[in-house]
Amino acid sequence: MKFSIQINEGPYQHQAADSAYQFAKASLAKGHEIFRVFFYHDGVNNATRLAVPPQDDRNITQQWTELQKEHNLDLVVCIAAAQRRGLMDEDEAKRQGKDANNIAEGFRISGLGQLIEAGIESDRLVTFGA
Amino acid sequence: MAKKFMYMNTKAPYGSIYALESLEVVLIGAAFEQDVSLAFIDDGVYQLTKGQSTDGIGMKNFSPTYSALGDYDVNKIYVEKESLEERGLSLDDLQHLTWEDEDEDWAEKDSIRLVSRAELADVIDDQDVVLSF
Repeated sequence: MKFSIQINEGPYQHQAADSAYQFAKASLAKGHEIFRVFFYHDGVNNATRLAVPPQDDRNITQQWTELQKEHNLDLVVCIAAAQRRGLMDEDEAKRQGKDANNIAEGFRISGLGQLIEAGIESDRLVTFGA
Repeated sequence: MAKKFMYMNTKAPYGSIYALESLEVVLIGAAFEQDVSLAFIDDGVYQLTKGQSTDGIGMKNFSPTYSALGDYDVNKIYVEKESLEERGLSLDDLQHLTWEDEDEDWAEKDSIRLVSRAELADVIDDQDVVLSF
């Protein structure tokens, strides 16, 4: 089956981000396809590479980056939600005149249309959080 | 072929950002020419109340945007009857949302459909994609 995943909550605060990751991993292991993972609301915070969780805990962003590399996942961070919350890639930082960027490897920033497209193109759109 | 998209709004408008960011998805999604419905349940019904003022809380009042939904061909707006009643509200407390029917010489029609919990369950069952906010 072709899945897309929507993540609506940030890391650590809420289990949604962990559950989404476990779901993605399990789906891929069973031979399903992940069309896209879309980060919305506080879910965009999963994409910051500047988080430093304790060493004996999981690093949620790192987990996504590794899963992305392994399966060539399309990890999309909503630009409108990201701008509000201070998440930006290099291009966006330049465009907004900011002195830093913080998007982790494997994620890309794009618009809400990508979420709608995921709903259209996938057999199931599975949401986590909210 | 168009899919049936439903945006399920469950939270009050200003206590969290879900209502505003739901509206942003609806407006962007309208460009994709899918079959769109909105549902308002639980505290979500407060999103449609008329006479909202945010002067005292320093936040943007985005409630006028709902009246523009008709222009985006978003004209199936389900409001759950029980959720209204549980909060001492009725249709009169909500904005009068309308759309113009191109096929009937632009006749103005109501967008809001008051449905029972059981009826709404059937509508949800009929959807292809349900986005919950």
